[in-house]
Amino acid sequence: MKSELYEEGLLKGLAEGDKRAIEIIYKDHFNSIQALIINNNGSSDDAKDIFQEALIVLYEKVRSGSFELNCQIKTYLYSVSKRLWLKKLSVSNRFVSSAEDPASTYPVEDEIEAHEKRDAEFDMMEKAIAGLGEPCKSLLEAYYLKKQNMQVIAASFGYTNADNAKNQKYKCLLRLKKIFFAHYKNGIDHE
Amino acid sequence: MSELNMLEKVERYINGEMNPDERVQFEQLRKTNAEVDQLVVEHTFFLQQLNRFGEWKKFRQLLQFTHTDLAEKGHIQSSRLSGKARVIYLFNRYKRVGSIAAAIALLTTLSISALVWTLSPSSPRSQFEELNKKYSQLEYKSRKQASEIDQIKKSKTIPVDMPFTTGGTGFIIDPKGYLVTNAHVVSGASTIAIQNNRGEYLVEVVHIDKHRDLAILRINDDSFKGYGSLPYSISKKSGQLADPIFTLGYPRNEVVYSQGYLSARTGYDGDTLSCQIEISANRGNSGSPIINRRGEVIGILNGRQTNAEGFAFAVQGKYIYQLSDSLRKADPSVPIRLSGRSYISSLERSEQVKRIQDYVYMVKVN
Repeated sequence: MKSELYEEGLLKGLAEGDKRAIEIIYKDHFNSIQALIINNNGSSDDAKDIFQEALIVLYEKVRSGSFELNCQIKTYLYSVSKRLWLKKLSVSNRFVSSAEDPASTYPVEDEIEAHEKRDAEFDMMEKAIAGLGEPCKSLLEAYYLKKQNMQVIAASFGYTNADNAKNQKYKCLLRLKKIFFAHYKNGIDHE
Repeated sequence: MSELNMLEKVERYINGEMNPDERVQFEQLRKTNAEVDQLVVEHTFFLQQLNRFGEWKKFRQLLQFTHTDLAEKGHIQSSRLSGKARVIYLFNRYKRVGSIAAAIALLTTLSISALVWTLSPSSPRSQFEELNKKYSQLEYKSRKQASEIDQIKKSKTIPVDMPFTTGGTGFIIDPKGYLVTNAHVVSGASTIAIQNNRGEYLVEVVHIDKHRDLAILRINDDSFKGYGSLPYSISKKSGQLADPIFTLGYPRNEVVYSQGYLSARTGYDGDTLSCQIEISANRGNSGSPIINRRGEVIGILNGRQTNAEGFAFAVQGKYIYQLSDSLRKADPSVPIRLSGRSYISSLERSEQVKRIQDYVYMVKVN
């Protein structure tokens, strides 16, 4: 029997991106989600994608500061995975109706909607960064994503000093912002 | 003020990198200039977005890594480990089509056998029974022989008192139990075994190419369980001069790490099959993988010039691809698949080595 405290500890670990906590959650729940997907017309690759997406939903939730799920991790992941999978099936017309079991599911509609919106935004960012081309892409990734020191970046990219690298970085950032906001405003107009 | 300058100011302001005077001045500007104010708000949002994107990407990578790690250790079921999941998936997908086909087949079979039964002349019953009896006797005998052969075959373990000499090094190229080493390591051997801290296994040569000095071995041992997947990939490119590389091998009874760099694109005497690397290598290092910093195998160490110290030659990785391709063409039952993707590209060197060493074996010959 897993106590609430134990699960809360795991969720805290997850929020901090702790490797060990993620491994435990993964190990405890992946197989049952995989069974759910495979029994409903999915492959094991689908299972991996859906499970990881559900973990991201959970990650975003605990990072927003609430470690109280009001249900077990297992129930939460199951509900999210099921919703995500049914959605995917209905999109690809492979929909297979399955009996809802209200006792073992938990309402997650809002969270999934928020997740989809975030996903779209991240997608936009990814495309915008990819659209920059080299060396802008690597330069910005090194500074803003990997949080490397400007001196280190200057040395590894071959700039003579950190100021030149910084100047180049701002030029790249300006371009990135323009691409991103063009997509972003477009995205909002479409909705 | 240029757009670029303004952006720099805004970012320094948001990150709190301005000195107090500058800060007061900037806040004043913000109050009076709505455009600047808007820029601060917009950039704060953008930086937040970028930051969250970074964390999201990192988390995704961590999940991917956790998945392969757990699958490799067998803590979760993965399609690459067992074909069961895929079978169930295919069954679910095609069961309707399958059952219709089966029904038609059954119907056809029944009608044909009914036809044959009604049309064929009846044979003398006693003769038939005698034949039947002889047949079942034969069947019994062959089954008995088969089980005896099986028993002999099953004892695929290493005989206790077999004297081995160390030949060189080999490494796994396919998780189902295929290794590659140098042809000169295994040529002329009657029995070959491999060993590392995972265990000791009997292997057999499935393909040998003396010209390129490569041999592919297959683990042929009951106690071998297979791997989930490989941490490293095999690269078709040999890389740039001065690229840092490292290797793991068995010049003595223990795995030894050494590092160096790619020093020439051709090997001994202008040999274009191989390349030259600056690394300290000994005899037992033959067959060691040459790995670049992204965790990709770019070659296989195959020897050094006898009158020179400190550098060695390596067969280029693309020839492993050619060898496995030609092997697959010659014998489609050999299911070798080479991995093109390294899972350890972002790890520290010591972590990479820790993961690779389970896949590198000492090759012993008799």
